Amino acid sequence: MCTYETETVDIEGAGKGAEGWFDLTRAAVYVDHPQRAPFGHTVNIDFANPAEGPSARVAVELTEEAALALVAAIQRAIAHAPAGLASANAPV
Amino acid sequence: MSDAIRAETVFIGEEQIQAYQARPLDAGAVPGVVVIHHLPGYDEATKEIVRKFAAKGYSAICPNLFWREAPNAAPDDASAFVRGQGGIPDEQIIRDVATAAAALRALDNANGKVGAIGYCSGGRQALLVSTAVDLDAAVDCYGAFALEAPPAGVGLKAQPIKDRLQDVRCPVLGLFGDDDKYPAPEEVARLAELMAQHGKSFEHHSYEGAGHAFFSVDRPSYRPQAAVDGWQRVFAFFGQHLEA
Repeated sequence: MCTYETETVDIEGAGKGAEGWFDLTRAAVYVDHPQRAPFGHTVNIDFANPAEGPSARVAVELTEEAALALVAAIQRAIAHAPAGLASANAPV
Repeated sequence: MSDAIRAETVFIGEEQIQAYQARPLDAGAVPGVVVIHHLPGYDEATKEIVRKFAAKGYSAICPNLFWREAPNAAPDDASAFVRGQGGIPDEQIIRDVATAAAALRALDNANGKVGAIGYCSGGRQALLVSTAVDLDAAVDCYGAFALEAPPAGVGLKAQPIKDRLQDVRCPVLGLFGDDDKYPAPEEVARLAELMAQHGKSFEHHSYEGAGHAFFSVDRPSYRPQAAVDGWQRVFAFFGQHLEA
């Protein structure tokens, strides 16, 4: 099925795409058919910068298990670091 | 009769939209088919479908529906970009398919008959354009959201086609999978009821053991039995309505 449903979130950071590093401004998350992963459906995440055009994108296609494990790993990594260390407001 | 074909990227209409065209080189009167690509975009698999039609004796053309938004982008990047913008407005799709149909009719060996076929989101769009474009036949392969708008919050520009069904101008063939959720068999049954109420010709088949995208040879959803039978029905349908 094509779910069409897309969750988008404004983000700050950088990603490395086919043409090198670029600033990230938006992430889109959707459960739908993958382009490459050998599954019927995957959790697809696009890290993008729409202002820089369609090619400013880092794409991943994860199984549900992998996506949830990634969420947990992100939370653990942040919890293990000093609070606010990677915050946008942290002093450099 | 030659079986030679010519396949290439072309630019069509006043807006010079990118399209992939494949055509028999035979001088005889040749019908045309507009191929409407799926949500993943104007990709290799869709171009292969265009060539398949040419090999079967049809001039076929697939407009890149994401061209304006993402010119020269890789198909997957273009698809993701357009998805992030909520898709393509219906009126733009109608315009591009009309342009593609006109390009087919302008070919020197055209017989004047043109059909449309679409897959996934393109299935819905094939039904949509059958209400607004001068077509002689249309094939809807598992198009969803024909009757109801996508769920709130999805942000898609697609509007229901339900209220336009009285305007369907040509016979429609629908091919679906029993295991699909979008569209589910209930939605297909309702579509068939509404088409009948409006006196429209709607031949439809749903395949057991198949879900969405059973024609997609490069995806795990591919179901050979459904696809083989589906292709036979497509060519029988187009043969009946486009070759006469």
